[in-house]
Amino acid sequence: MIETAYALLIGVFFATAVYLILSKAVIRMLLGVAVLGNAVNLLIFTAGRLTREAPPIVTAESGERLVAPYANPLPQALILTAIVIGFAMFTFLLVLGYRAYQELDADNTDTMRLTEPEKAPPPPTTY
Amino acid sequence: MRFEVPLSQSLDYSVALLPVAPFLAALLAPFVHRIFGALSGWVLAVVPAAIFVVLLGYVAPLAEHPGEAITSGLPWIPDHGIALSFLIDGLSLTFALLISGIGTIIVVYSGAYLKGHRHQGRFLSFILMFMGSMLGVVLADDMMVLFVFWELTTITSFLLIGFDHTREASRRAAIQALVVTGGGGLVLLAGFATLHLWSAGLAGDSGTWLLSEIRQHDEVLRAGAVYTPVLLMVLVGAFTKSAQFPFSFWLPNAMEAPTPVSAFLHSATMVKAGVYLLMRMNPMLGGEDALLWQVLLTVFGGITLIWGATLALRQTDLKQMLAQTTVASLGLLVLLTGQGTEAAIAGACLYLVAHAAYKGGLFLVAGLIDHGTGTREITDLGGLRKAMPLTFVAAVLGGLSMAGLPLTLGFLAKEEMYLAFAQMGDVWGYVVMTVVFAGNAMMMAVGIAIAVMPFFGGTTDTPKNAHEGPLAMYAGPILLGFLALVGGTLTGWTGENILAPAASAIASHEVHPHLKPIPDFLQLPIYVSVATWALGYVLFRRLKDIRLALKALLEATGWSFDRIFDALMSGLVLGAHGLTRFLHHGRLELYLIVVFIAFAAAIGAPILAAGAWPEIVAWPDLTSYEYATIAIALIGLLAVLVARTRLVAIVSLGIQGFAVALIFMLFGAPDLSFTQFMVEILSVVILTLVMTRLYLDRHDRRVLPEVFRDGGLALICGVAVSALLLVVLQTPLDMRLSELFAATSVPIAHGHNVVNVILVDYRGLDTLGEISVVMTAGIAIFALIRMRGGGPKLGIGAKKHEAADTAERAGA
Repeated sequence: MIETAYALLIGVFFATAVYLILSKAVIRMLLGVAVLGNAVNLLIFTAGRLTREAPPIVTAESGERLVAPYANPLPQALILTAIVIGFAMFTFLLVLGYRAYQELDADNTDTMRLTEPEKAPPPPTTY
Repeated sequence: MRFEVPLSQSLDYSVALLPVAPFLAALLAPFVHRIFGALSGWVLAVVPAAIFVVLLGYVAPLAEHPGEAITSGLPWIPDHGIALSFLIDGLSLTFALLISGIGTIIVVYSGAYLKGHRHQGRFLSFILMFMGSMLGVVLADDMMVLFVFWELTTITSFLLIGFDHTREASRRAAIQALVVTGGGGLVLLAGFATLHLWSAGLAGDSGTWLLSEIRQHDEVLRAGAVYTPVLLMVLVGAFTKSAQFPFSFWLPNAMEAPTPVSAFLHSATMVKAGVYLLMRMNPMLGGEDALLWQVLLTVFGGITLIWGATLALRQTDLKQMLAQTTVASLGLLVLLTGQGTEAAIAGACLYLVAHAAYKGGLFLVAGLIDHGTGTREITDLGGLRKAMPLTFVAAVLGGLSMAGLPLTLGFLAKEEMYLAFAQMGDVWGYVVMTVVFAGNAMMMAVGIAIAVMPFFGGTTDTPKNAHEGPLAMYAGPILLGFLALVGGTLTGWTGENILAPAASAIASHEVHPHLKPIPDFLQLPIYVSVATWALGYVLFRRLKDIRLALKALLEATGWSFDRIFDALMSGLVLGAHGLTRFLHHGRLELYLIVVFIAFAAAIGAPILAAGAWPEIVAWPDLTSYEYATIAIALIGLLAVLVARTRLVAIVSLGIQGFAVALIFMLFGAPDLSFTQFMVEILSVVILTLVMTRLYLDRHDRRVLPEVFRDGGLALICGVAVSALLLVVLQTPLDMRLSELFAATSVPIAHGHNVVNVILVDYRGLDTLGEISVVMTAGIAIFALIRMRGGGPKLGIGAKKHEAADTAERAGA
């Protein structure tokens, strides 16, 4: 079962993505998000089973319908959508991080505490 | 005799209109005030007056058949058996008459008292809403309806106490009343729900919410295990509402409210809701055989009586004196209700009416004095009888009843309660009688002080030149004082029409009145009354010394329930703040750790629990180029992890992306592969563009423990995902949908590339959604880039720039 090897590879992808996202440096978190997108796409792809070198394309020889063996077309269609949306999100996050850096002059989440300041004053206890 | 046959099953719903009408009037009140201005009090008083007249119509039928009830109801939530059921018996009627009668006086009084106040319309609206809620409480038969009106009185009371919301003391008093009585109300709800469930278990059906039905199983209830918890919950509800010790502290603080509110809510009606509840529950939870009921009510009532009366002696503010004696009176009512004997119940009923009349009247007198002189400090007042003769008449009438002098209702009440204890004939009875005697004497001293001290002696300088109030203000208290006299003189009428029906409803059997205006000199009560007057007079003469002594004593103890309440409230706020800070600490990596722990647990825990951990049976036979793609991907990932420079990181990200594209290519997904290549190229280009414009920290500044923590969590997540995928791969794949697409792609959609056909035909709307996401992201990015001003304005960046600017200026 060739999927076994890829299942393990996907584990490495996930582990890498999680490790990067847990970093406090914004740029590494962004890299982690990109890797995570690839990891999820591969996960869906492998879960739909892997078939070598048989794209789901109806050719002149096969006539009106696909003839086995052919790669599972359904996960491919899902992933195609996912890649594009993932790319849009990644770009947005990148620009967000860039603008946050410009406004806050900080790329470390520990120093980006504008809305949750370290020493917020306690709430008033009067009535 | 039981209450099984209602007097008349009223088929019209006029009873339900009684508590609703004031709410309708409340809706109109602001408009009425806009049109009629200072006269709006007189106009709006028509509503409570009409209710009072309608209620008077029930007096005669109930007097003929004491102990019976008129019921009426509308369906409300039929699925839960909850109906807008109302019941009028002697007890409800007495309360409803007090509420609507005193309510009429209060509405008229408020019209003059708050003349010219900006929010007078709002105030009248609140008062009317409160009146409707209170009528609902005393008329409700359904426990749910009772609870709803009960909490409505809490809310309207909150609005009224906090009416002058610009002062902190008002806000504090309002919140205090809301927390204490609202909290008690919730406990009461639990008690009612328990009773409902108990009734369901008893009858084996969906149960009843009607008090009149539960009351028919009173003996079973008192014998059951549910009795003690229900009793305790009902008592918490009643004690918080009626300001019993140790919850009594909120009532004196509620004097922050305008005086008509104090007269109406905090002496005549709302605080009596707790007493009403106890009287209503007496046939179910109390009675002569319910020892726990008797002990708890006697002990807490007795402590409240002495506590309130003692604190009343030390006050100098007229309203505070009245408030503390109200606490004491509520204690006395609770104590009397707890005795369960016929005489005690009759005493409680008489005292209830007498107290509502004289205390309401005296509060209004305090308001008149405040209105006429500008002060309520009894030590600053004197000789007002010439300047305010009508107020003086009202004060004397109220004071007579409060002191319990003959020919007043207060006298009848005292005689009756002393008779009750004398009839008990045991040590317990005499001990309680002594407590009541002491409490009555102290209250009498305060009563004389209020009725006499401001009006006699030399005149004093007051903030305003003392003058009499308008008719709307003095008419009410004089009328109340006069009624107390009439009630105390025409004892036959009082006994037949008020006392007998009310006492019968409380005692659950017919009670015959035996009131006489002339006391029986062969019995003990009259001599106890005389002793009360004597002690009361002595206390009055020594009031100044007692006040000073009590003040010193209370200052020496240094704490009060008030302070405990404040500590609890600020503790609540600070505790919530602390909890928020603990959960919402503002450190992103810790939030993410929680997220990923949950992720790993959600995936891994079911696999471990089911014992379905996958085994790798045989290593697959991969081709050399498949090994190559895997190796490229691993190298790319490793390079991203260890990258020290921006460029290396970007290029490494591209390597793993291209490896993914190759994998897609090898396993029959050319479309994915091309898209992936395009996206990776674009990502690398954009990343390079953005990152070369910034000086970003390239180092991963994690210390070693953090590396282990994050690395360990990452490994667990990776292993969990791999395991999940391996488990999934061991299950058969459902290919039906894929086969459908494979078979129909050409014949139906005339497309040879099945993936493309799925995207544009079968899942066309999904693709539309995808395009919208891309478009939205594009717009958002555009907005982010356009939205720029001159340099950082917020946070650490702004501080850095400010420091740099300062340094520059200093250098220049």
